[in-house]
Amino acid sequence: MRRVTATDDAHDPGRRDFLFLATGAWAAAGAGFLAWPFISQMNPDAASLALGSTEVDLGQISEGQVVSIKWRGKPVFIWNRTKAQVEEAKKVDLGQLPDKSARNENLPSDADAADANRAAPGKENWLVVVGVCTHLGCIPLSNSGDFGGWLCPCHGSHYDSAGRIRRGPAPENLHVPPYAFEGDSKIKIG
Amino acid sequence: MQGHSTYRPTGGVAKWLEDRLPIVGLVHSSAVAYPVPRNLNYLWTFGGILTFMLVAQILTGVVLVMHYVPDATKAFESVEKIMRDVNYGWLLRYLHANGASMFFIAVYIHIFRGMYYGSYKAPREVLWILGVIIFLLMMATAFMGYVLPWGQMSFWGATVITNLFSAIPLVGPSIVTWLWGGFSVDDATLKHFFSLHYLLPFVIAGVVGLHIWALHHVGQNNPTGVEVKDIRRDTVPFTPYATLKDGVALVVFMIFFAYFVFYIPNYLGHADNYIKANPLVTPAHIVPEWYFLPFYAILRAIPSKLGGVVMMFGAIAVLFFLPWLDRSKVRSANYRPLYKQFFWVFVAVAVLLGWLGSKPPEGIYVTLSRLATAYYFLHFLVILPLLGTFEKTKPLPASIGDSVLGSSYGGAHATAAAAPETRG
Repeated sequence: MRRVTATDDAHDPGRRDFLFLATGAWAAAGAGFLAWPFISQMNPDAASLALGSTEVDLGQISEGQVVSIKWRGKPVFIWNRTKAQVEEAKKVDLGQLPDKSARNENLPSDADAADANRAAPGKENWLVVVGVCTHLGCIPLSNSGDFGGWLCPCHGSHYDSAGRIRRGPAPENLHVPPYAFEGDSKIKIG
Repeated sequence: MQGHSTYRPTGGVAKWLEDRLPIVGLVHSSAVAYPVPRNLNYLWTFGGILTFMLVAQILTGVVLVMHYVPDATKAFESVEKIMRDVNYGWLLRYLHANGASMFFIAVYIHIFRGMYYGSYKAPREVLWILGVIIFLLMMATAFMGYVLPWGQMSFWGATVITNLFSAIPLVGPSIVTWLWGGFSVDDATLKHFFSLHYLLPFVIAGVVGLHIWALHHVGQNNPTGVEVKDIRRDTVPFTPYATLKDGVALVVFMIFFAYFVFYIPNYLGHADNYIKANPLVTPAHIVPEWYFLPFYAILRAIPSKLGGVVMMFGAIAVLFFLPWLDRSKVRSANYRPLYKQFFWVFVAVAVLLGWLGSKPPEGIYVTLSRLATAYYFLHFLVILPLLGTFEKTKPLPASIGDSVLGSSYGGAHATAAAAPETRG
């Protein structure tokens, strides 16, 4: 009778290796599928995703004033800019901006950072931006900094009167959230 | 390593147990008979102090959880309840909060001791790397713990640190949303951090086990950096020598700890953290806890988001490569005249970075931060490799025993004639 030993595998290494690899790959795929619910549960839940929109009455915001509205847990700045502030923002040469994109969710993503693409359409005194520094998420201080807009106190990012990054570590202009006018003096954010 | 004596169970029960689970023998060989170099100074007591701090943090943490509520609307109030209503709650919380700082004081001394005496060099590379992993885990744990009181500094610290990950190209923003469990730091984030803050100390305990295992496998370094050659002449048994020395140092350390807990419990904290988290207002001057300040200064020194984040993590990552960056054959700075000076310059630069991290990011502070950051990396990437080639080191003692006792005492090559009257 032929003795069966552990070294018998050596007669047909290809078949045994294939079985090992296939079993291992199957187990790895299974582990991956099992791991996914453990990872995915940390993502925003249905209630957070369902967060609605916010309506704001602009009538109470006087010229030059910035108000801060909470939308999706973050502040949104609404600034009724003065003529001088608008002119100052328009004068800026686009070539000297660190971020040349409009960052405006209401426009195509290739729009440039001209003031017209940042301000409300047809109502250039209104500037609506998410009040979260694009560096590390602090809330910038209004009417501060060297460029007449915002200054982030955390790491020293300066934004101009169109909410565009001018100096400091922030990589992007303040984001313009999706919003629309409902009548002359009311907007709906989100 | 072979010990001074081996455990021999006496009595029937001890023998019966040892045959089935040799746990008493394990403790005996690693904490009683284990040979330690006889020339260890008090800087070698910080391993024991750190073990004590880990246990202290776990114990105080477990009882604080009996009263703390991980909910964005109740967390802040529950911490105030611990401070005012819970029996000895103030003591337990101050022990835990200051304990984190004490933990970091001890770990920084422990790390700098390793750097001074070249404790990371072969065969201790894995021991050192495990230590750096523990350091990273400690930072993650301390950061998440600081978020739990849900004060203004908790909230904005959490915002800034989690946003670091948004610098990662492509997947960064998705990772941040995943960490947050929402679109900003909120209740879901607090719950994530609470769960992980409870978990990570036990992971640390596991890696500490590996760290001690590796230590006991390769043996301790010592102030001369010379390996143990003769167990009987170069070492003493762990108990009573190291046990008692560690005990003395631990008591002194606990007095220091108690001074903070009982006299200046909020000295290392921030007043802003006694204001409840407000997602619409960032405090005018946000700074992390003191033990993160050098890395925070490096983050702010770089005028680019991704660059700053890469350099900050790089400042820790470079520690993993230290065993291969320092090319000198001599371990201890006591025998390396140039490295000794560069070591102290490096310590000064690290402290300077810490101070700069607490200053606002403007003017001279930014310039100094950049210079200090450049030097930090220069030390590891240029100075250390070059010193290995160009430094002229001092002669090493022939053995640990020689360095402590003089070559005339019981050495194989003793010059007995030098002191014949002592030989009795």
